[in-house]
Amino acid sequence: MSADPDPAATGAPPSGEPLLTVEDLKVSFATEEGVVQAVEAVSFELAPGEILAVVGESGSGKSVTAMTLMGLTRSPNADFEGTAHYKGTELVHASEDQLRRVRGAEIAMIFQDPMTSLNPVHKIGRQIVEQIQEHEALPDQQARERAVELLDRVGIPRARERIDNYPFEFSGGMRQRVMIALALSCNPSVLIADEPTTALDVTIQAQILQRMRELRDETGAAIILVTHDLGVVADIADRIAVMYSGRIVEQGTLDEIFYDPQHPYTWGLLGSIARVDRPRPERLPAIAGLPPSLADRPQGCHFRPRCPHEFGKCSEVPPLEARLDGAPAHLDRCWLTPDEKRERREVRPGEIGLEAKSEAGAA
Amino acid sequence: MGRFIIRRLLQMVFVMWAVSVLTFFIFNVIPNGDPAVRMAGKNPTETQIEAIRKEWGFDDNLIVQYVTMMKKVFTGDLVSYFTQLPVGEEIIKGLPRTLSLAIGAAILWMFVAICFGLYSAMRAGKFADRFLTIVALIGISLPVFWIGALMNYYLGYKAGIFPNGGYVELTKDPVDWAYHLILPWTALAILFIGFYSRVLRSNILDTINEDYVRTARAKGLSERQVMVRHVLRNSMIPIVTLWGLDFGAVVGGGAILTETVFDLQGVGQYAAEAVGQLDVPPVLATTLFAAFFIVPLNAIVDIVYAYLDPRIRLQ
Repeated sequence: MSADPDPAATGAPPSGEPLLTVEDLKVSFATEEGVVQAVEAVSFELAPGEILAVVGESGSGKSVTAMTLMGLTRSPNADFEGTAHYKGTELVHASEDQLRRVRGAEIAMIFQDPMTSLNPVHKIGRQIVEQIQEHEALPDQQARERAVELLDRVGIPRARERIDNYPFEFSGGMRQRVMIALALSCNPSVLIADEPTTALDVTIQAQILQRMRELRDETGAAIILVTHDLGVVADIADRIAVMYSGRIVEQGTLDEIFYDPQHPYTWGLLGSIARVDRPRPERLPAIAGLPPSLADRPQGCHFRPRCPHEFGKCSEVPPLEARLDGAPAHLDRCWLTPDEKRERREVRPGEIGLEAKSEAGAA
Repeated sequence: MGRFIIRRLLQMVFVMWAVSVLTFFIFNVIPNGDPAVRMAGKNPTETQIEAIRKEWGFDDNLIVQYVTMMKKVFTGDLVSYFTQLPVGEEIIKGLPRTLSLAIGAAILWMFVAICFGLYSAMRAGKFADRFLTIVALIGISLPVFWIGALMNYYLGYKAGIFPNGGYVELTKDPVDWAYHLILPWTALAILFIGFYSRVLRSNILDTINEDYVRTARAKGLSERQVMVRHVLRNSMIPIVTLWGLDFGAVVGGGAILTETVFDLQGVGQYAAEAVGQLDVPPVLATTLFAAFFIVPLNAIVDIVYAYLDPRIRLQ
């Protein structure tokens, strides 16, 4: 890998050849209750320097998708199909040696819980230096210097002293910064962040996200941001993929998803965000029902049992495709026509949501 | 650190005092415990017994006797009631034997247990793991006096591969020293190997699912580096604690059976013989000796523990 950040990519808008191409990724696990299809035919592309948000509820397969790209879901019980091409390496079926060269150096990952993701018995400096030296033949002193710079860059005060502290001597937000420094230590081209702010309080969340965005601008690393929080996404994402029950149900740019959402599930997600620019509702609207059990999914559209707009055709699986004129990259999996969607998603004028089941189709 | 050491020293003094009091009084209330009667030999006359009682001070009140005995402990004048040999010299004679046995066995059981535990954990649920589980359980279940006697009889006496008990000084002939100790080391280590490898296996299986192990993999480390630096290191912490405590216990008398079976004439064997004869001075001295080892070893374990796990602070 090249050690220096690509200056051409700095702050560049997503363009050109995709960096990462995921095609038809399927992940299943053999469990005691039978085979569970955690991810069903997920495809997406990631352009250099782009921030792609993968949004969905718990169990939608978003984390499994992210971790599979790093080979972290491999186990004797797991079964994989499909491909993920990254710069000439196919990740899903790569050998351990091939994966090791990619992990940390080319694709780095930030995990959900900073409290448990760092080894409690090693100094943070050592944990960063370990990764640097794994991928680059740097002498100790230089690797340590780089670690200090990294800690400084992610906003850890007095980095030179703090490098010799243990993880338990840091707060949650600071630990997540350490994790980000760790992830950035070999200038990866792709950063996968799996719910990086879920375990943090709201003010720290904003700081961390802001920092991630700045780092993207500085280093040109593309980011896959896995989250269940659309609010997080609105701040920093370029593109969004909405996942539901193992499938991507809608995919498009930030504006497309927020201002012209096509899938009823996306409507529900958007409708359930607390908004300060609207009168406060008595209760925050929620999507009725629960996501289906992974082992026992409905035929056809997986969202069908919870969807107030369900009709006969929904028992067939809708393909993920562009259904709008003039928006070839805005894909969704819903059989409704664009006109029907536009008509039905407005619960009240100017408000996007998913109306109550009893009023289905009456809007 | 200074406060930690002072606290531990005070603790040691207290423990040794308590141990000495308990040992002394327990041996004085045991039925048939009157040393004068037993020292007087067969069919003694009342006057003979009375003379011994006077001479050794057995007619004083117990507290006076205790104080006298403790004084002798500190001046090194303690003498066995029956052999009339000085207790201090006997313990010093037995110490290298006991330490040779304990140190060798401790290294052996730790090393083998790490190998077994690691291998078992990496093959969890497979045949090798199940096989090692059974071996470990058998090892835990074997009484050391039984397996020791079997080894001594078949490998020592019958086959003649190993010497039939006994001890050779390390300074005299290191090879012969080790040769004489192989069977005792093995016999003593078997129980601990079984136990430690089980504990280590389950610690490793717990640690392997920790988030930071996933982080280590995501860094691109090899499986070996992940295991050694991130899994094994963290799984070893409880084992190291056990190791220190068990070592202390073995030196302080836990090897009584092994020493006796292989006739090593260590401190443990000396203590066992003294207990059999209700010979209070050596019993008291060996008990104090044990306490003397166990308390500082506890402190050392705490120091090592704090080094291994920086979240722990000494106080």
